[in-house]
Amino acid sequence: MTAVENTRSRPRRFALPKALRSPLGVIGASIIAVWVVAAVLAPWIAPADPLAQSFPRLQEPGGTNILGTDAVGRDILSRVIHGARISLPLALLVVVSSMILGTVLGAIAGYFGKVLDEVIMRVADLVFAFPTIILALVIAAALGPSLTNAFIAMLVVSWPGYARVARSLVMVARQNEYVVAGRLLGASALTSLWRDVLPNVISPVLVLATLNVGAAILELSGLSFLGLGAVPPLADWGAMVSDGVHQFSSWWIALFPGLAILTVVVAFNLVGDSLRDSLDPTMAKAVNGGKR
Amino acid sequence: MHPLARYLLTRLGIGVVLAFGITLVTFTLANLVPGDPVQAALGEQASANPAIVQQFREDMGLDKPLPVQYVTYLGNLLQGDFGVSVQTRTPVALELQRAFPATAELATAAILLSILVGIGLGLMAALRRGKTVDHVIRLVSLLGISAPTFWLALVAYYVVFYQLRLLPGSGRLSPGAVPPPNVTGFYTIDSVLAGQWATFGDALSHLILPGTVLALSTIGLLTRFARSSVLDVLSLDYVRAARAKGLPSSAVTLRYVLRGALVPIITVLGIAFGSLLSGAVLTEKVFAWHGIGEYAYNGATRLDLPAVMGVGLVVGITYILINLAVDVLYGFLDPRVRRA
Repeated sequence: MTAVENTRSRPRRFALPKALRSPLGVIGASIIAVWVVAAVLAPWIAPADPLAQSFPRLQEPGGTNILGTDAVGRDILSRVIHGARISLPLALLVVVSSMILGTVLGAIAGYFGKVLDEVIMRVADLVFAFPTIILALVIAAALGPSLTNAFIAMLVVSWPGYARVARSLVMVARQNEYVVAGRLLGASALTSLWRDVLPNVISPVLVLATLNVGAAILELSGLSFLGLGAVPPLADWGAMVSDGVHQFSSWWIALFPGLAILTVVVAFNLVGDSLRDSLDPTMAKAVNGGKR
Repeated sequence: MHPLARYLLTRLGIGVVLAFGITLVTFTLANLVPGDPVQAALGEQASANPAIVQQFREDMGLDKPLPVQYVTYLGNLLQGDFGVSVQTRTPVALELQRAFPATAELATAAILLSILVGIGLGLMAALRRGKTVDHVIRLVSLLGISAPTFWLALVAYYVVFYQLRLLPGSGRLSPGAVPPPNVTGFYTIDSVLAGQWATFGDALSHLILPGTVLALSTIGLLTRFARSSVLDVLSLDYVRAARAKGLPSSAVTLRYVLRGALVPIITVLGIAFGSLLSGAVLTEKVFAWHGIGEYAYNGATRLDLPAVMGVGLVVGITYILINLAVDVLYGFLDPRVRRA
């Protein structure tokens, strides 16, 4: 089946439906769907107010509070459900923004070359010289703890991966005869970049973005765990796990938000992997070059 | 010039430039702070007095233009002056010096474990491609890269230490134990050097739990990479030739497949080490492991900027050195790299 489809050389702009035919991809997509529904419907399905300290403190799971309560008497199930409203949108926002920023910068570097290329890619190298979370930690600490600053920190550390991939794809694509012909027919550089070159870049970059959502969720929750993301009393998964550090004998405080992070990240990794497998090998290689 | 020498010099040059880049990043960030550093350093009362503030700014060179301040900053760094921690009032360099060996020992243990297990699992999965073993290993490595390390640390601490009492859960030695005489800063190595076997056992048993937790995510990463790298090599002609001439399959696996697959695996070691250092920052607090990770955690939660910047610098430079070492190793092992 795969072989037959590959012989048709239609442009792969919409790789999604095919990738979702792999069973693991379907499982991943279903888990994501469940969390998205939970996030959207949180105010209606959560049994209690996530911020209200209205229950006895440190209740074990299984009683009135299905997943127990934390050190100040908040319902953990409600906090975990509401946590999806922070982690998911923020991680997606980080990924989409850094994808756009990185692709634009990488495309400019690859298309125009010379000084622009040098400047952009050396800055990218500099970001790569740090382990991701360390640079994000340093930036978030300098800007002060808040979700906005965690977003800025993540944006700064995430764009170079896309820039590298976009640059290498653009450098190959602009050699195509139809691109050269377009320029000869009078298309401006920007028109040519936008209309003839960028379509070659989009699907691998989208796959890379999907692969990176899981990492973004992990890193954002890491920042919150360090107290540099969500500010208390906000219900954020990373911050909730951090509560468990000081109350480790009450295992339920940290266990459930951690499981929430784990399931979401596994789901995005499953979808990302099956999307990558649906790309042709050369593009998949380019995508791997941009992963952290 | 010999191609290998040229390759090594280029790598070294890039490393030096990046190291300067890192200092530029921390300097810029330290100057970006919305809060007034003068007020932070002097405290509420003293900063109300304009004369003291003026004097302080002159003393610290804060009245000079930024490029001059940067040169001063670089000079200070080179003399080992990383600033003073706002929280503890101790020089950051001193505290980092104390904390670094602890993290280095933990990270070394973790990287050795993950290389061993990761490559082993990757090889097993590739040789049994599509079989149950392959699927199980894939699932394990997926969980490894998807689980938040700081949460794994808590779970491991709770189950293995708090409930089962199988292994010690915090610190590098049991309470009351005397650290071995300092040679390398690694308690395991130092205790062996001093012949203190009881201390060695103690240090090793403290290392197991945090080391394993830290290794888990790296194992996931290395397993995936090793699997695809082995699969690439398995389909090469020289492997088929080795089989065709009747070599036993274990010999083919070890001498031909693994050796060919190791070279690309080395390239991801740098990335693996990066993820280990990140993991250390997030897990050391849980295990009361007094390394730079715990220092970073405390610095971050208390917004102690000089401390956080110090950790950023040290981790950044360490990461550059490790990548440099990886590049050098790669240059020696794969002649093609030198020509490129």
